Amino acid sequence: MDGVLFDLFVYLCAAVVAVPVAKRLGLGSVLGYLIAGIVIGPMLGIVGAETEQLQHFAELGVVMMLFLVGLELRPQLLWDMRARLLGLGGLQVLATALLIAALAWLMGPDWRTAMAIGLIMALSSTAIVLQTLNEKGLTRTEGGRASFSVLLFQDIAVIPMLALIPLLALPELLAHGGAEGVAAAADVGNAASPAHAAAGHAADDARASLSLVAGLDGWVYALVVLGAVAFVVLGGHFLTRPLFRFIAQSRLREIFTAAALLLVVGIALLMTLVDLSPALGTFLAGVVLADSEFRHELESDIEPFKGLLLGLFFITVGAGIDFGVLAADLLLLLGLTLGIMAIKGAVLLGLTRLFQLPTGDGWLFTLALAQAGEFGFVLLAFSVQNSVIPPDLAELLSLVVALSMLLTPALFIAYERWVMPRLRGADGAAPADEIDRQGTVVIAGIGRFGQIVNRMLVAAGVRTVVLDHEAGIVERMRHIGIQSFYGDASRPDLLHAAGIEDATVFVVAIDDRDRAVQLVEYVRRDYPKVHIIARAYDVNHLYLLRKAGADQALREVFESSLKTGAAVLRALGEHPFKVEKMRRAFRQHDEQGLEQLYELWDEHVELSKNRALLELVRARTESEQGVMATDRADLHDRSERGWTPPPRHYQDELE
Amino acid sequence: MSNAPLLRSVADAPVRRILVLFAHPSLERSEANRPLAEAAGAVDGVTLVDLYAEYPAFEIDVDREQARLLAHDVLCFLHPLYWYSTPAILKEWQDLVLEHGFAYGSEGTALCGKLFFSALTAGGAEAAYCAEGYNHFAIRELLRPLEQTAMLCGMTYLPPFALFGARTAVEEGRIAAHAADWTRLLEALRDDRLDIARAATLPRLNTAIDALIRSPARSDEV
Repeated sequence: MDGVLFDLFVYLCAAVVAVPVAKRLGLGSVLGYLIAGIVIGPMLGIVGAETEQLQHFAELGVVMMLFLVGLELRPQLLWDMRARLLGLGGLQVLATALLIAALAWLMGPDWRTAMAIGLIMALSSTAIVLQTLNEKGLTRTEGGRASFSVLLFQDIAVIPMLALIPLLALPELLAHGGAEGVAAAADVGNAASPAHAAAGHAADDARASLSLVAGLDGWVYALVVLGAVAFVVLGGHFLTRPLFRFIAQSRLREIFTAAALLLVVGIALLMTLVDLSPALGTFLAGVVLADSEFRHELESDIEPFKGLLLGLFFITVGAGIDFGVLAADLLLLLGLTLGIMAIKGAVLLGLTRLFQLPTGDGWLFTLALAQAGEFGFVLLAFSVQNSVIPPDLAELLSLVVALSMLLTPALFIAYERWVMPRLRGADGAAPADEIDRQGTVVIAGIGRFGQIVNRMLVAAGVRTVVLDHEAGIVERMRHIGIQSFYGDASRPDLLHAAGIEDATVFVVAIDDRDRAVQLVEYVRRDYPKVHIIARAYDVNHLYLLRKAGADQALREVFESSLKTGAAVLRALGEHPFKVEKMRRAFRQHDEQGLEQLYELWDEHVELSKNRALLELVRARTESEQGVMATDRADLHDRSERGWTPPPRHYQDELE
Repeated sequence: MSNAPLLRSVADAPVRRILVLFAHPSLERSEANRPLAEAAGAVDGVTLVDLYAEYPAFEIDVDREQARLLAHDVLCFLHPLYWYSTPAILKEWQDLVLEHGFAYGSEGTALCGKLFFSALTAGGAEAAYCAEGYNHFAIRELLRPLEQTAMLCGMTYLPPFALFGARTAVEEGRIAAHAADWTRLLEALRDDRLDIARAATLPRLNTAIDALIRSPARSDEV
């Protein structure tokens, strides 16, 4: 227990210190985590052996990230991406693998080893790239999307690679025997990098202990894979909604969070059992759930776990760099790393020309994907185990992978410092990015009140995002075609997921009075630019909302009460337009009173003790009657102000 | 001439403050009035009020409008010609704001001595606005109710500043020149460079606008 607490303390401490500093220096959080890992691992030696298990565990962060990415991507969008996915992704993997394999072969090793190296180095780091794109707000640019397509293809490509690598086994290594191969893999892990060893672990687990499909024939395996994918798609579509609805009705937030985690972990486990990439499986589940009303809630539940685990993952990558090996072969390692990144970059740059990406996006794409990725560790260990790559070479290569990952944030910085400013200089303005807009209006609460507001806005062609914590209402709204999402709007993370920072107007239409005030306070403080319109229960609530920072607070039943009063007057036989004038006069008087009373209002003094306020209320009530008295003599009172005939003998004075 | 800078600053200050009450009920479709409103808004010393924006439900605030009138020396209606008159909100504005005891009557002298005119856009061609044309009356004759209203309020009435054939003005490229005249007119009114006496006798303000406007005064003339 003490050990766990100590490790937890060390990791958290490293992250809390390093990440904000790196961010402040403009290096981005990923580099911050990597540096934190280097400091607590190889530099200070505080952490050591446990990083391998930790990294295995932290890979769940990558899995969660792909789930979140999937949630953002409706099936239609994914289908629209297909040309890019196959074209860009396929060509990138193929061209990079062949080019690196050819160069590796020229440098000496057997062609089979060279081929495996090519395949391994063709992959890029989903974790680093997506996290950095996200952090810099580049996800929705052309370059960001192209990068994502390629990363997704690479995740898929890992499956055939796992099948291909055993076929590349070297006879002379194989001769040592399988058991020794495994032992060698473990040796590599201990000697070169814990990260590597963890990956070896993962591959071991997947193959030996966890795999249900190890001994199956090719076609049976294919059926099992198809079955698992079908289960994720159909289950995601038909089973999750009733399940989440049921859980949502229990109103236990932590259980909903637990269910969200269960979903992700369950799918990851299922995929591992059938030898598929867990990240790919959860991505698929995310896509299936992208249309669900629980999307934003799931997003905000998983987000913090993803962030922490991914951070942990980066720390373990940093901690896994073995400075002993690094120092021994520094020049060789640097040369290999830079060489591989240059080759990858060249292929990527060629693809941007082929697919006619705009210059800026092309550079983003090129610089973002030039590193090798976390799957490289897994495949390296797998290759050693299958006698494809000799252990000492794998040791070197896993350091190359880690180094290239370490250099990636620097490439992003290069993009920001040199490419982006130059583009601005060329065009005189920043190039217009194609950025998906989220709703321009966020509406919290879709009960009787919010519903009308939303319908009117949607009819006017305004994009809205609607949130409500009653799963039943959200379901009914969805039945009649209103885009709405389940979730408690007073949670900052959910508002964030709904796109509050891009919203122009925020409507607070929830029933709960105290929560409405808190919500207004929070949004005003964190998003000062958004225009807040709030539904007030009564005058006191209206003042509270206004004090909390609402731009406008409207009494929820005031207008309809006025209309009812006017209907009564008309039913009593008054002329409709006279009633209209009285209604206007009454409202004007009331609204003036509202302003005057606000001056005296004090939320901390009980109403019955606020003498000045009570006195003013009494005076206003009296003057209200004067306002309505219309037919008394020839008075120029308020409701007679408009359309007043001149005095009877006014003509005399005009002569 | 040690006090010359002082004199100049006095000379540069607007002599007249101008209130432009703009009325167009479907601004999103306006081709002629919108650029005119924008041009007016860009002139120093002009207060531009979009009446339909300020009172979408026609609930005109009489006190606010009267205060506005008191704070300006020139009142101008800017509007398309609707049935030979103003759009409804300008009529509502007259009915409500020009009260007895404020605008007219023995004690209603608030507007005395101020200038009034209408800047309008008309769909018909200029030729239609004469005895022989299908509109039968010249534009100044058709606006007699406004002229008389101004007179009853003790204001100096100027003839309308009119754009004819407004529906085709954009494609015929006439808007820019008209807007430029409009800006010059407002600046001349503001700086007291418009020949008021002569203008008051004309059928339209923009028949001979060059002859009505003196070039900007030099400080040594003060």
